[in-house]
Amino acid sequence: MKVSVTVRPRAGILDPQGEALRRSLQGLGYAASDVRAGKVFDLELAATDEREALRLAAQIAERVLSNPLIEEFEVHAPEPVHA
Amino acid sequence: MSARVAVLAFPGSCDDRDALRAVELVGAEPVRVWHADSDLGGAAAVIVPGGFSYGDYLRPGALAALSPAMTAVRELAAAGGPVLGVCNGFQVLTEAGLLPGVLRPNAHLQFRCEDVGLRVQRESLWLPGLVAGDVIDIPVKHHDGCYFATPQQLEELDASGQVLLRYVRNPNGSIESIACITNAAGNVAGLMPHPEHAVDPLLGSADGRILLHGLLVQAAAGVPA
Repeated sequence: MKVSVTVRPRAGILDPQGEALRRSLQGLGYAASDVRAGKVFDLELAATDEREALRLAAQIAERVLSNPLIEEFEVHAPEPVHA
Repeated sequence: MSARVAVLAFPGSCDDRDALRAVELVGAEPVRVWHADSDLGGAAAVIVPGGFSYGDYLRPGALAALSPAMTAVRELAAAGGPVLGVCNGFQVLTEAGLLPGVLRPNAHLQFRCEDVGLRVQRESLWLPGLVAGDVIDIPVKHHDGCYFATPQQLEELDASGQVLLRYVRNPNGSIESIACITNAAGNVAGLMPHPEHAVDPLLGSADGRILLHGLLVQAAAGVPA
């Protein structure tokens, strides 16, 4: 089952990469006042259902994919879940 | 009999050979331990050396922290054995949860390769013969050496005297100019500067030997191999 995890720097944490990007964008004439750089991970997980896959992905995101001191993560189901 | 000191080697480590040689120079027996090994070859102390383990994929040190050799390092550390993390090794130890905080890209995003002055914050087994206020010179060479810790972690570091060295001139944006910390118990230490590159006056400084002697002093006093 496919699950995506987005990891981004926590608010208030200096993101030198995003800052360098912001300066480059401004150099190109874009009015970018803030850029934050994160990462996206696409996981293919063996799980019985989507709920289980999301739970596993969250566990992996917390243990490995992110460093909770400086980063936060979001777990996304492959398709939007309609209520 | 001289102490046996394990030097870990991950795919992408590049300072392991200098560390092995430095261990020999201070009179101990070095043992190279591959990341996939699950025992430390009877070593009483460990150096986690510098380099770019696993190509710095994900975050520097993050994947190395999950290796079998690090499980053995955790066990030695829990038993009170001395563990020294240098540069990438410092990053590995923070990612492994053996030291608080994390190393981030240098605030100015530039690689720094230079000798830096380090001011001693307190007397410690890691710094035999030195007292607070002394300054030693050891080179840095890194892009991701900006130490960060939460306000709560900083309070704890201060309260239990875990900051051993601060930069005289901060080369990377590290919070409170912190250069070298230990865990709460004191037997695990990490720093970005490279003691193993400062073991011979011919190369500019032999101050790195001080930390290596500190490692050996603790190995001799600590856990039986």
